[in-house]
Amino acid sequence: MALIQEIDHGTPASTAEKTVRLVIDGNTVEVPEGTSVMRASMEAGIKVPKLCATDMVDAFGSCRLCLVEIEGRNGTPASCTTPVSEGMVVHTQTGRLKDIRRGVMELYISDHPLDCLTCAANGDCELQDMAGAVGLRDVRYGYDGENHVKARQNGEANPRYMPKDESNPYFTYDPSKCIVCSRCVRACEEVQGTFALTIEGRGFESRVSPGMHESFMNSECVSCGACVQACPTATLQEKSVIEIGQPEHSVVTTCAYCGVGCSFKAEMRGEEVVRMVPWKDGKANRGHSCVKGRFAWGYATHQDRILNPMVREKITDPWREVTWDEAFAHVAKEMRRIQFQYGKGAIGGITSSRCTNEETFLVQKLVRAGFGNNNVDTCARVCHSPTGYGLGKAFGTSAGTQDFDSVEHTDVVILIGANPTDGHPVFASRLKKRLRAGAKLIVIDPRRIDLVRSPHVEASHHLPLKPGTNVAVLTALAHVIVTEGLCDEAFVRERCDWSEFEDWAAFVADPVHSPEATQAFTGVPADELRGAARLYARGGNGAIYYGLGVTEHSQGSTTVMAIANLAMATGNIGRPGVGVNPLRGQNNVQGACDMGSFPHELPGYRHISGAEVRDVFEKLWGVELNHEPGLRIPNMLDAAVDGTFRGIYIQGEDILQSDPDTKHVKAGLEAMECVVVHDLFLNETANYAHVFLPGSTFLEKDGTFTNAERRINRVRKVMSPKNGLADWEVTLKLAQAMGLDWNYSHPSEIMDEIAATTPSFAKVSYQLLEEKGSVQWPCNEAKPDGTPVMHLDGFVRGKGKFIRTEYVATDERSGPRFPLLLTTGRILSQYNVGAQTRRTDNVAWHAEDRLEIHPHDAEQRGIREGDLVKLASRSGETTLRSTITERVAPGVVYTTFHHPGTQANVITTDYSDWATNCPEYKVTAVQVSPSNGPTVWQEEYDAQATQARRILPLDALEPAE
Amino acid sequence: MSPDKMRYQANQIATFFASQPEDEQVEGVADHINKFWDPRMRAKLFEMADESTEGFKPTLVAALQKINRPGQFGSVG
Repeated sequence: MALIQEIDHGTPASTAEKTVRLVIDGNTVEVPEGTSVMRASMEAGIKVPKLCATDMVDAFGSCRLCLVEIEGRNGTPASCTTPVSEGMVVHTQTGRLKDIRRGVMELYISDHPLDCLTCAANGDCELQDMAGAVGLRDVRYGYDGENHVKARQNGEANPRYMPKDESNPYFTYDPSKCIVCSRCVRACEEVQGTFALTIEGRGFESRVSPGMHESFMNSECVSCGACVQACPTATLQEKSVIEIGQPEHSVVTTCAYCGVGCSFKAEMRGEEVVRMVPWKDGKANRGHSCVKGRFAWGYATHQDRILNPMVREKITDPWREVTWDEAFAHVAKEMRRIQFQYGKGAIGGITSSRCTNEETFLVQKLVRAGFGNNNVDTCARVCHSPTGYGLGKAFGTSAGTQDFDSVEHTDVVILIGANPTDGHPVFASRLKKRLRAGAKLIVIDPRRIDLVRSPHVEASHHLPLKPGTNVAVLTALAHVIVTEGLCDEAFVRERCDWSEFEDWAAFVADPVHSPEATQAFTGVPADELRGAARLYARGGNGAIYYGLGVTEHSQGSTTVMAIANLAMATGNIGRPGVGVNPLRGQNNVQGACDMGSFPHELPGYRHISGAEVRDVFEKLWGVELNHEPGLRIPNMLDAAVDGTFRGIYIQGEDILQSDPDTKHVKAGLEAMECVVVHDLFLNETANYAHVFLPGSTFLEKDGTFTNAERRINRVRKVMSPKNGLADWEVTLKLAQAMGLDWNYSHPSEIMDEIAATTPSFAKVSYQLLEEKGSVQWPCNEAKPDGTPVMHLDGFVRGKGKFIRTEYVATDERSGPRFPLLLTTGRILSQYNVGAQTRRTDNVAWHAEDRLEIHPHDAEQRGIREGDLVKLASRSGETTLRSTITERVAPGVVYTTFHHPGTQANVITTDYSDWATNCPEYKVTAVQVSPSNGPTVWQEEYDAQATQARRILPLDALEPAE
Repeated sequence: MSPDKMRYQANQIATFFASQPEDEQVEGVADHINKFWDPRMRAKLFEMADESTEGFKPTLVAALQKINRPGQFGSVG
């Protein structure tokens, strides 16, 4: 294994189709028009010396190192800013150029510390490389002149010197090593789009400054790492590299956080991760990253990880460590006992959207083939199950229609119920880049999210709807499009069922659906909504991106159908730049759904009632499959309370914290006789578990994740599982203990089984992924290279289906007792239940959940910034600190659910989507009042959690008497 | 699941399909419940309905005839 060296071409690739031929140092090169001379040289294998150029950002031409000579032209132009032209003859190395370059390097080095041997970037420093490349042997100016290097000069403090900024937990900024190439500033602008960095001062005074001469931590910096990656020296340096040293080998793998699915190089020293660096060839992220994937992987070695299996009789007992074999035998015995006593259907399982495709496939197989029922579900139940249902109905397939590259061809973006700058940051950066280039944005969200207005991005329309009125707003958009004649009739006639369209068009055209009529209860001004509808329908390529603000409602599935209707009616489907794009929450939630994790369908979204589909699996697995749908997660909990469901195997999910109505979840878990939790940490659900099976991290196993664009990416093992077994091995051995004849020696064999049984994965294999890097399903005989954009020539189901979307108000309404509406979401630095990110330095940004409340509502209640407040709903109450902000409208409050101490889901109710039971997290009627301490619930919860997490010391295993 | 919650969820399904074209309404409710409700939930729904359909939306009542009534086989598993 070696360190993967990515080629830096110096300037971005040109997308021109026309090519140009030129001669560089005697080599003839053919490159697309618009390519820089520097990039063309690199294509020919000639490295022109450079410092301020890197191919993640546009050429800048400041370092004067990349000069070349071009026959017939005067002077020595910079190769990074000079585009190629036909017949050009370039010389990259001449006596004149050598002298100039050496002179430039002399100036740089005269104001740079000479501590190369002890510098953290030693071996990975472009300045060092360039000094070598130009043959720098002496610095004629000496080192005693004015400089930024020395803290004291001539016995006095050096006013130009600035000490290291170590405020960011993950990287340092050492101004003394800065060469002011401005790569970091440009990366922050062009790649990340935050504009947190600038160059302050002029000439010799110039230096990089976060915000207005602030520390990194106090500036707008979001710690995405783009600047660190861009820095050619040790000025911006990962603290992990400072601590450990340079990596010696690297492996390409996939981030285990959100559904963007960024590709990273895990840069290693032995089995120790030195740093995670975004991979430029990663097709989801194109070399970019966020604070979670780039830096927040320390949880993998956190001391809280449980490394030995544990068992206990009652949840009030302390845990007892056992061997793996004992644990498997115990679970097998208990599960079989429960089935014997209460029936075959009295047990079930939950697959994890954080685990690999192969692992989720095995868990659902264990349930269907081993437990003999279909009681399997996954966390998509509580996030995107309405996407599966709604898009399946409309288009015939349960997934987003585009790849992320598609956004580069989009002219108008509608963003509904999603906050990508926090939830899907790398996609947000790609979106912002497109918006800065001129695309228009429509935001439909009760909160004024960052994208409504942030540096160099401003939404053309923000429709600040009242939580719970999505269907009314989307149907009103459809009303405008239909009644103003903005439909793409040719598209609809060709691609959709015309009579269904006519029925739908007549339905939405009813004046009750007009924006003027719905304004009263949606809160969206009619003229603003009309403007948005016109822009989307007629603004060019229109793409809809949406998140859980769409799905987590009692009408979640209806909203997804309304989105599909809009895309079809305007012809915005079936080509790059358009489409319907659900932003998936977890790294492998798409994959978990694809793999048959839902109780009603087998892998590939095929209903369990279909005898032909069952037959495929029955023959291969040698069992008879139950033809009835199984229980969904909320149904399992209901059945547990009823006494018909008594045992569960939960892989990598924390339902007690993440699922709604915590008290109900707790009651369900308490009613069960064998709760098996398979996780990295003693999570909140484990407080109610009888068996704990330690899990492995994404760094410790092989497999695949499927991201929001249906892209199957490899996850590669870079270290041995600290708990001894990869998660797929745990499920495998559990199945064997239950008497199943399973034999897999590597996850690739599981993928082969998936491909053999699931038509949309027919051509997927580890060998193909090795060759292509990644592939988007469907990948089969018809599409051997995968499918970046779906529904190109027709919908998967045949004709696109228009479905009427009648608005039905949720029964969760504000009233005198609970006058405010609570909506919940995520924050950039934390992820989901926080089990991983809370165990990293990301807590520096978000140490607790806060309640966002409008100044007007706060003042009425006598609440000041940072006050402890009680948040109460009909389900329960909790306390947390307030943040007073106009991001939320009056009447709306907002919080995150990352911290178990807050238990935001004590507040949420048991209302759910009519079609899928996806909980209505986004609307809860609440009251907020000043508080002086934790609620009784929080205190009792803490006490129970402490009690439940006791582990017997090994020497206490022998009975005392 | 409490009878109230079950009635509520079944009515939610009926409410959606009641807004659809007339010939899809009853079939839609029955098909949805057959496809997504496990047998013990359907058994419970029938237990309630056999006693009284009070509080059931009309579309739901009409759909009952087309919802698969779980037999002995598979009532719990």
